[in-house]
Amino acid sequence: MISVPSGKNYLDVAYGARSWLLSLDHKRIAILYMISITFYFLVGGAAAVLFRLELMTPPGDLLISETYNKLFTLHGVIMIFFFLIPAVPAVLGNFLLPLMLGARDLAFPRLNLASWYIFMIGGLISMWALVTGGVDTGWTFYTPYSTAYANSNVILMAVGIFITGFSSILTGINFIVTTHTMRAPGLTWFRLPLFVWAHYATSIIMVLGTPVLAIAILLVALERGLGIGIFDPALGGDPLLFQHLFWFYSHPAVYIMILPGMGVVSEIITCFARKRVFGYKFIAFSSLAIAVLGFLVWGHHMFVSGQSVLAGLVFSVLSMLVAVPSAVKVFNWTATLYKGSIAWDTPMLYGLGFIGLFTLGGLTGLFLATLAVDVHVHDTYFVVAHFHYIMVGGMVMAYLGGIHFWWPKITGRMYSEWWGKFSAVLVFFGFNLTFFPQFVLGYLGMPRRYHAYPEEFHVLNVMSSAGASILGIGYLIPLIYLLLSLRFGKKAGANPWQAKGLEWQTPSPPPPHNFETTPVVDEPAYNYSPDDNEITPPPESA
Amino acid sequence: MNTGIQFFPDQASDFALRVDLLYVFLLAVTGFFTLLIAGLILFFAVYYRRRQGRERTAARENMLLEVVWSIVPLVLALSMFSWGAWLFLEMHDAPADAEEINVVGKQWMWKIQHPGGRREINQLHIPVGRAVKLRMISEDVIHSFYVPAFRVKQDVLPGRYTTMWFRPTREGAYHLFCAEYCGASHAQMGGQVIVMSERDYADWLARRSPDQTTGPSGEALFHQFRCHTCHHEGSDARGPSLRGLYGGAVPLDGGGTAVADEDYLRESVYEPQSKVVAGYRPLMPTYHGQIGEEQMLRLIAYIKSLESPSESKSSSEVSQP
Repeated sequence: MISVPSGKNYLDVAYGARSWLLSLDHKRIAILYMISITFYFLVGGAAAVLFRLELMTPPGDLLISETYNKLFTLHGVIMIFFFLIPAVPAVLGNFLLPLMLGARDLAFPRLNLASWYIFMIGGLISMWALVTGGVDTGWTFYTPYSTAYANSNVILMAVGIFITGFSSILTGINFIVTTHTMRAPGLTWFRLPLFVWAHYATSIIMVLGTPVLAIAILLVALERGLGIGIFDPALGGDPLLFQHLFWFYSHPAVYIMILPGMGVVSEIITCFARKRVFGYKFIAFSSLAIAVLGFLVWGHHMFVSGQSVLAGLVFSVLSMLVAVPSAVKVFNWTATLYKGSIAWDTPMLYGLGFIGLFTLGGLTGLFLATLAVDVHVHDTYFVVAHFHYIMVGGMVMAYLGGIHFWWPKITGRMYSEWWGKFSAVLVFFGFNLTFFPQFVLGYLGMPRRYHAYPEEFHVLNVMSSAGASILGIGYLIPLIYLLLSLRFGKKAGANPWQAKGLEWQTPSPPPPHNFETTPVVDEPAYNYSPDDNEITPPPESA
Repeated sequence: MNTGIQFFPDQASDFALRVDLLYVFLLAVTGFFTLLIAGLILFFAVYYRRRQGRERTAARENMLLEVVWSIVPLVLALSMFSWGAWLFLEMHDAPADAEEINVVGKQWMWKIQHPGGRREINQLHIPVGRAVKLRMISEDVIHSFYVPAFRVKQDVLPGRYTTMWFRPTREGAYHLFCAEYCGASHAQMGGQVIVMSERDYADWLARRSPDQTTGPSGEALFHQFRCHTCHHEGSDARGPSLRGLYGGAVPLDGGGTAVADEDYLRESVYEPQSKVVAGYRPLMPTYHGQIGEEQMLRLIAYIKSLESPSESKSSSEVSQP
């Protein structure tokens, strides 16, 4: 163990590339992840800018179809595997989980660093595949197109995604073990922040689901490279088998992407409403319910694929059940606001925006789970709009909300509150203008993955592209003022929001080993009182 | 640029109206909850804004509320499921009198065969008011046959048949799209479904431009590939008779039975060794690469038309060549 001079924090304890690239500190590794996923987000976003430009006009005039197809594949692969899946867990989860538990680090610091290296190797191989010719299969890699017909770098991309999967698995294992074994004295399961519950549920999905994706993608590479017949009927395979394997992971992966965001929002809502979360146990267990149900609904991606009618019925009814824990969360967050003491700081704007957009995204999921409606809107822009409401409206809003909430903790600096609010509002409106018209387009019948489309879809596509430009600016502004805050921001102090939670009881930025002395917990999570800044708190009722 | 915005596509089949009705129900329910949540959030955020001097509370649990807001979504979601499932089941069971039309998808076109032998590409002419059933297969990757005006869609797979049906209710020309991403010209893989009056359709079927040959019929293919040399009624036949075969149960070599549906017939021609009929030796060669999917569909239509010997006695004049 290196002895740490007292008064130093994790940022100024050592300098130089080595001290970062070989760091075992979960906080530094979180920063490595933050920089990496921001880079991937910009790459994925740039692809979106290009194809939204193409879609400004009905004919395919700016991009030829091959380029367009590679761009939406790039956008999907990068955003899902290299941004959305790692965003909250690997950045905020990595940084905060030990702090919230009152621990010095994650259970396996070396595994944590290894997971970042694996992530980067997988990511760079995938980027290599994209730069040297690209991939045109869509992020779904449907067979036999991907194994026999696509004339692009499918195998290289498969290798990249295969490798990256292991970083998810390692992160998941690390979180599960840390949550079980490293909680501070007095920090019982039902005193844990909901952020921890959400990451626990997410980790279970990562550990159980990711290997199936690895298998599916490996089989694609084997069929494509060696001609082993698994999915291609011409080789005696079954193309629907791939869809089953792929969605067995990729549907739960949706919950990998959204559950941590729900954890973030639970923290923000309680803090800025000055109120203990309403229905703590219901929110906690609804995360687990979503994680479990998430594994039983993959077939709703296949209602028109040729799977049996009975399978369609079963997957439809199971998918409907997901509505219940999702609704429970939304209602409990809303009830938390009731008779609270609500402050409109930047993180709260993102948090409230999240609830609205996630509600709309979740409710449109009901349309897709309803068999006869799905037959019409499957593989149209309705689906595109639906999952962007969950992934971008939900997850990215939560990620940005979390970054703004914990930025003072992570960096020790405050950002410009005015610009923060401005860009939060801009993102909300830009997002809705981009994706709401796509619901209408989808019901009108515009299929996904078309670079050219009939004239009657023109107006709605122009609206969508206009919204995308606003959204793009809304994402760039925080990049600027957050970076500026590192130099010019006010010192934040340990707890600028007067938030509860162990992470706020240590200096900002935290010392290398998080706490000078191990904290002891003797109160429930979110022991806020709405009258904190007005009158004395009422006596504890529990 | 046309600046009008539609919210519903054309309604041109009897499913269209029924799917739209269900859709409106979903819009009403989800719209209500969206407005409820958004309204509450805005109201609370403004009314209970800090330093507003409102009554605050620390209430943080209410079992009754939790139960109510679990049960209500559950009941609503299950009613959506039931309505959607009921309609979905009807979309699956084509009426017995449906006009059967064959569809072969390939990168990047739809090839259509009408029962009389007339063929077309990227256009589907059909009569108004009559149920139409499509039997579909792909020659390469997965495609999806999608007619938004009818609210129907079905993936078209390589290696096995899928079917869909609809009953057009309004004459006109409607979009036909490929909805499953299939490569470079995916967006161009489509055309029109043209719904015509019965009389126009009959005329259209009968009309044949000189360059549009129908190709050999299923029966001609049966003889061209010399299927009849083994599959005949004689006691020395090397293969089982195909008369009355369709739809029945076939005993297999090594035990078990197979139902003689379209997929079985297709498989037995392409991979004759995979299901050998009990009592016969595995002598038949594969016809992979010799018979294409379009010819296969015609061949199967011919085999389906072969009636069993007992039935054919009564109608032998019609079915015998």
